[in-house]
Amino acid sequence: MSKLDLVMFEEEFKQLQDIIGRLQKDASAKVVFLVDKNGQQIASAGEVQSIDATSLASLTAGNVAATDGLAKLIGEKEFSLLFHEGEKDNLHISIVGKRGILVVIFDQGSSLALVRLRVKKASRELQEIFERVETRANEESGPGTKFESPFSEITDDDIDKLFGD
Amino acid sequence: MTFINYASREINCKIVYYGPGLCGKTTNIQWIHEQANPEKRGKLVSLATETDRTLFFDFLPLDMGTVKGFKVRFHLYTVPGQVFYDASRKLILRGCDGVIFVADSQRPRMEANIEAIANLATNLKDNGFDIRTIPYVLQLNKRDMPTAEKVDEMERLLRFRNEPMIEGVASQGVGVIETLKACARQILMELQRS
Ligand SMILES: Nc1nc2c(ncn2[C@@H]2O[C@H](COP(=O)(O)OP(=O)(O)O)[C@@H](O)[C@H]2O)c(=O)[nH]1
Ligand SMILES: [Mg+2]
Repeated sequence: MSKLDLVMFEEEFKQLQDIIGRLQKDASAKVVFLVDKNGQQIASAGEVQSIDATSLASLTAGNVAATDGLAKLIGEKEFSLLFHEGEKDNLHISIVGKRGILVVIFDQGSSLALVRLRVKKASRELQEIFERVETRANEESGPGTKFESPFSEITDDDIDKLFGD
Repeated sequence: MTFINYASREINCKIVYYGPGLCGKTTNIQWIHEQANPEKRGKLVSLATETDRTLFFDFLPLDMGTVKGFKVRFHLYTVPGQVFYDASRKLILRGCDGVIFVADSQRPRMEANIEAIANLATNLKDNGFDIRTIPYVLQLNKRDMPTAEKVDEMERLLRFRNEPMIEGVASQGVGVIETLKACARQILMELQRS
């Protein structure tokens, strides 16, 4: 496993889920997604069925990556916030820590000011959890680790099965 | 970056198709999309120009089934091949778990293949990866073309680490799944060594 691997356990995942759920209610948002900078969805809350979450995660990460590239070009570290205003729905995208992206979709039932305020608070809480995950990952990658990977005995058969033969 | 979620028991792996412009990267994942069980595949997202050239990336999520009780999901990306999209290519490699290099077998494209591998090495390095160790597969595509270079010669020019080398005709689906599988095998085997 590379040093970049993200391993998330039940308890941390539940905490993330709780924060996202609370943010969605407090900000009167339609949907909130927590996405990894590499394009994978981590958690969500609200009317998620109405949206293709996987595509959303990938495109958001692409968008943030492209914007990061733009920032570097003009000598900024990053743009920590992206806002897209639509006719009905608005998209509020912000960076959480080193690897998280928070996506909030809201309509006239909320406001940019409210979303901003609530996102700020949630971001701080999310960041704490991310840091904990990272610290643990660093400790476990050291020698004498206790963490037992469930993938220690993958066989060719397992892989053949994945491909249906 | 493999994302292992113990709560939902999922493993997510990112695989990037790399290669010179028009070598058949998009065709590879289009074939996979057409073949996949509609329940297991997500939507194919293509950020393309009006003339169907990849502008930023193509993206296809695939649910593969389970390994050791974990749902395995692949996220397949292709990069834009044209030289001037280098900044975008670098971004797409961010956090990848494996790379499939699609080489164009047509003789006049050998130079472009070689340049693209050199470019891949640089862009992987800038993302903190090593082209000599990351899960990697070489696909020799367009074997059906009359101007296709001999396999031996392509191997001599393009193969550099004893990686799996697979002959393909992506437009007819030949070698496409085999290529993906060769990459998936390396990625999942890598998880054991954690
Ligand atoms: N003859 C032949 N044509 C191919 C093959 N694979 C792809 N093509 C064609 O090559 C062109 C470029 O393919 P595309 O997948 O868009 O290339 P990309 O730039 O690498 O994404 C398209 O017209 C494809 O139909 C192949 O194996 N044989
Ligand atoms: Mg393409």
